[in-house]
Amino acid sequence: MKNAAQSLAQKLIARAAGRDTVAIGDIVTCKVDLAMFHDSSGPRRLAPMLKELGARIWDKSKVVLVMDHYVPARDKASRRIVAIARDWAREQELPHVYDSQGICHVVVPQHGHIRPGMFCVGGDSHSPTGGAFGAYMFGIGSTEMLGVLVTGDIWLRVPQTIAMHWSGRLSAGVCAKDMMLMMISRFGMNGADYQAVEFTGDAVRALPMQERMTLCNMSAELGAQTGLVAPDEVTRQWLASLETRPGSVYAQPAERYFASDPDSFNVRHDFDAGALSPQLAAPHSPAHGVAIAAHSDTRIDVAYIGACTGAKLDDLRFAAEVLEGKKIAAGVQLLVAPASVRDRALAETEGTLQKLIAAGATLLPSACGVCAGYGDAFAADQTVISSTARNFKGRMGPASTRVYLASAYTVAASALRGRITDPREVLA
Amino acid sequence: MSDRRGWHRVWHVGDDVDTDALAPGAYMQHGVEVIAQHCLENTLPSFAEAARPGDIIIAGRNFGIGSSREQAAAALIHLGIAAVVAPSYGGLFFRNAFNLGLLLLTSQQTGLLLKQELVKPVGIGLTLHFASGLTLECEPVPDFLLRMARAGGLMASLKERKLRGDLPNG
Repeated sequence: MKNAAQSLAQKLIARAAGRDTVAIGDIVTCKVDLAMFHDSSGPRRLAPMLKELGARIWDKSKVVLVMDHYVPARDKASRRIVAIARDWAREQELPHVYDSQGICHVVVPQHGHIRPGMFCVGGDSHSPTGGAFGAYMFGIGSTEMLGVLVTGDIWLRVPQTIAMHWSGRLSAGVCAKDMMLMMISRFGMNGADYQAVEFTGDAVRALPMQERMTLCNMSAELGAQTGLVAPDEVTRQWLASLETRPGSVYAQPAERYFASDPDSFNVRHDFDAGALSPQLAAPHSPAHGVAIAAHSDTRIDVAYIGACTGAKLDDLRFAAEVLEGKKIAAGVQLLVAPASVRDRALAETEGTLQKLIAAGATLLPSACGVCAGYGDAFAADQTVISSTARNFKGRMGPASTRVYLASAYTVAASALRGRITDPREVLA
Repeated sequence: MSDRRGWHRVWHVGDDVDTDALAPGAYMQHGVEVIAQHCLENTLPSFAEAARPGDIIIAGRNFGIGSSREQAAAALIHLGIAAVVAPSYGGLFFRNAFNLGLLLLTSQQTGLLLKQELVKPVGIGLTLHFASGLTLECEPVPDFLLRMARAGGLMASLKERKLRGDLPNG
């Protein structure tokens, strides 16, 4: 159909496919503007395959490698994985490598690699995070990443767009993480059926960049191929702020600020942001939404603020808002692993980090840590409340570890009381 | 099962089997031969040891949700699983499986197959024949994906492109 209304997702795909428009269901081949991968999905898998194939990387300027899963190395095996990544980066003379600088989904946009209008792939399931910048970004496995590295393109079935329309304003103590937990609980972990989700409405427009990243990040838990927020003045200002920072990258294709045409959404769900309360997902699924009030007797051993999902600067600020001038409950561990070294430094400069430490937080390295479950783990039978994305059985500890998911506000409030707590009770 | 000659076992799992259950994170630092030994250890403890080449899995909804780790599919291939049948899959896992050469079949009827224990070897078609006499016709799969999976996955087709001189940078 010619001249059919095009969603933001369709416009991004059409640009990358070299077409004027694309129709839903079409299988198209897109040129990739950015291929990101990390130490786990990247070199240790890609290097042997690339060698076996005897082929070369199509365009190294479009490749970004981030060491975040197995750093800091904890044993012989993880040291080997990280060493492979470092050696391969040198051997390939990769121009963009971020080693132990934090988690890829935060580090890469923070250095200016993701811009509105781009078409990007990442070797990690939370790659839709890049959609917060009005780019099409989705996760792929290592073999498919190899395909991108040697061809520069990737196939895609043009998805429908599901609009998640949030009107009104979030109330105090409620944030993007709560929006996502609510939607995941309502639609299920595969509710988006690998289509594109676009977050729209006044409540989304009012969100700062990192909160938009949280929405798009957890589109993975909705089962979407990507999550998108149409770029606007907030995006523009955030990107402009990078230019005063050292280490940012500018050699990107011309930015394109696309927006969805009217009537281009296939499905639209409406939500009232003002009516949203803090959300909680019980073990062992992000879709296992329960009322916080029903769990106010649940004692916790660990409160964890970590991951690309829940330990960006804004999340650290939320926690500090709750914890400022207070002390966490005796017997509770509050662990904070800032999502990136840059966010940690910014939090320190503005005093946010000091508020967390004064309240009793233990700082952990800026890396995937316990969230990835690649070695660091909580103990058996522990009850944990976490600002991360996934609480699958056995992921963050033995099968008997119970992990609740919530916002950084709720995790901090629960650390104060030693039991699961609605942050509005302590923010008042 | 008294006589399995010519038949393969059917393994049953429920809804929402995630990638972390298929390829547990604690073993992700190892190769697939180690990861495969822990495949589904919290869900179906006898699976990794008792699965035999040619067996199939019949699953509930959303099989393979979660991570991008393709070791989730590689572990099943390593154990010789010939196909998975489920009403729906995690989108990323779906791509990974075909890229590695694992056949994923889609059917909304898996709930009716809970008592099926033995299946004929999976052929090139989309039909499964069970020992009970029941047959299952699965939903169509895009042709290029089927061809890719049968040829051994994406790596095999990249090798072909390389031979044809069809890669941009040699």
